[in-house]
Amino acid sequence: MSETWIHILIIVCVLLGMVTIAAGLIYVERRMLAVWQERYGPNRVGPFGIFQVMADMVKIFFKEDWIPGFVDRKVFIVAPTIIMITTLLSFAIVPFAPGIVVANLNVGILFFLAMSSLGAYTIVLAGWASNNKYSLIGGLRGAAQMISYEVFMGLSLMGVVILAGSFNMTDIVMAQKGMWNVVPQFIGFVIFFIAGLAETHRLPFDIPEAESELIAGFHSEYSGMKFGMFFVGEYLGITLVSAMTTVLFFGGWLGPSFLPPIVWFLIKMFAFILVFVLLRASLPRPRYDQLMSWGWKILLPLALLNLLVTGAIVLYNQ
Amino acid sequence: MQIIFYIAALVAIVSTAMVITRKNAVHALLYLIVSLLAVSVIFFIMGAPFVAALEVIVYAGAIMILIIFAIMMLNLGQASEKREKEWLKPRTWIGPGILAAILLAELIYTLNSFSPSAHEQAIIDAKDVGMSLFSTYALGVELAAMMLMAGIVGAYHIGHEKQKEYHRYLQKEEKL
Repeated sequence: MSETWIHILIIVCVLLGMVTIAAGLIYVERRMLAVWQERYGPNRVGPFGIFQVMADMVKIFFKEDWIPGFVDRKVFIVAPTIIMITTLLSFAIVPFAPGIVVANLNVGILFFLAMSSLGAYTIVLAGWASNNKYSLIGGLRGAAQMISYEVFMGLSLMGVVILAGSFNMTDIVMAQKGMWNVVPQFIGFVIFFIAGLAETHRLPFDIPEAESELIAGFHSEYSGMKFGMFFVGEYLGITLVSAMTTVLFFGGWLGPSFLPPIVWFLIKMFAFILVFVLLRASLPRPRYDQLMSWGWKILLPLALLNLLVTGAIVLYNQ
Repeated sequence: MQIIFYIAALVAIVSTAMVITRKNAVHALLYLIVSLLAVSVIFFIMGAPFVAALEVIVYAGAIMILIIFAIMMLNLGQASEKREKEWLKPRTWIGPGILAAILLAELIYTLNSFSPSAHEQAIIDAKDVGMSLFSTYALGVELAAMMLMAGIVGAYHIGHEKQKEYHRYLQKEEKL
């Protein structure tokens, strides 16, 4: 019985922890962007502006939740929930520390890929249901971008799977005891990170919502907490990709023993989150056709080559 | 486990029926996605987690999104909903319905007459799937690969020629 309770406790902690981190990232991102661009950023609410998130949340909850008359009502309401559900479900397979994992699935990586491919529906459906030409273009761009980058994401992870000999996330972490996967799988790491950027449609790749050409793209018509779901969903996506990068390429919770495993995990994860923010602060947005041709002409052959070479080396060593 | 199977099967059947009766194409496709997810749950509890994951990744994730992508661009409106309504009249579906009912009756009869051995289950993981794909079913894999190659070559042929399109001002200059 007590084991069941511990399991439920883990589930609740992961759920609340991830949502809190995602909401807190709104402050972290604004503050760090300001630091890197030599501005002040939010610094009025509480010490260092830490309570800015709460103020924002109170504001967004009390805003009128306006559904325009011309939208497809049901799909319009369902769309923002999909990204929250799929991203939160993906956290189920992330091993935070030995034993702290919601579901130790034997097809862990595939579950992550499945959830991230379902996450694409949120953009497509939001863009379509808004019944607005800018939103539709945003939705089309988002669909094309996410389908293409899913391919490389899956292929880049297969090198890790070959090295560990398992789809199970805990096994993959344990297989990195001697050497972190980032060394033998450096190309895989780079491709996974780029694909993760495109999958979360973060700034260098945020062309589905490019504000200078599409107003706000697929979520132009959303307001109140429905917009908030897209917003928090994006930060959840960043947290998820950072956590997955940590687990798959940087040894997860492994580290020198003077700190507990969960602390090592969080340090690595937050380092990647900061890289995400730094990329937003420094890189310009590519054109849409550049993004697509870059993906299919460079990343896909590289990912296939990486897979081939890794497989050959593993077979040769056996 | 049995009750989970029956719930998932019920969801699959109801959502598939909804796919047929919806008049709006996107709504129908959303029900089809739900149906695919239910089938994936059935695969999972039958002891095939790898196939279940692939069902979601390939069918629900990739193929359905491409179909929605195409339908979004068609901009179907009132006219197509009206046409769908026409097609839902009994005159249209009664013939195929009878044929399908005969097949269903046959299926139930055969399932009843051969006592199925449902209890000897084993979990088939990714390794087993890979082994049988590249030994027993190698021919099928090769054929599928050839078909995909043909598709790629065809897509390349359609896509590689860039049509030269000039802006209308430039076209005028050319005439001069």
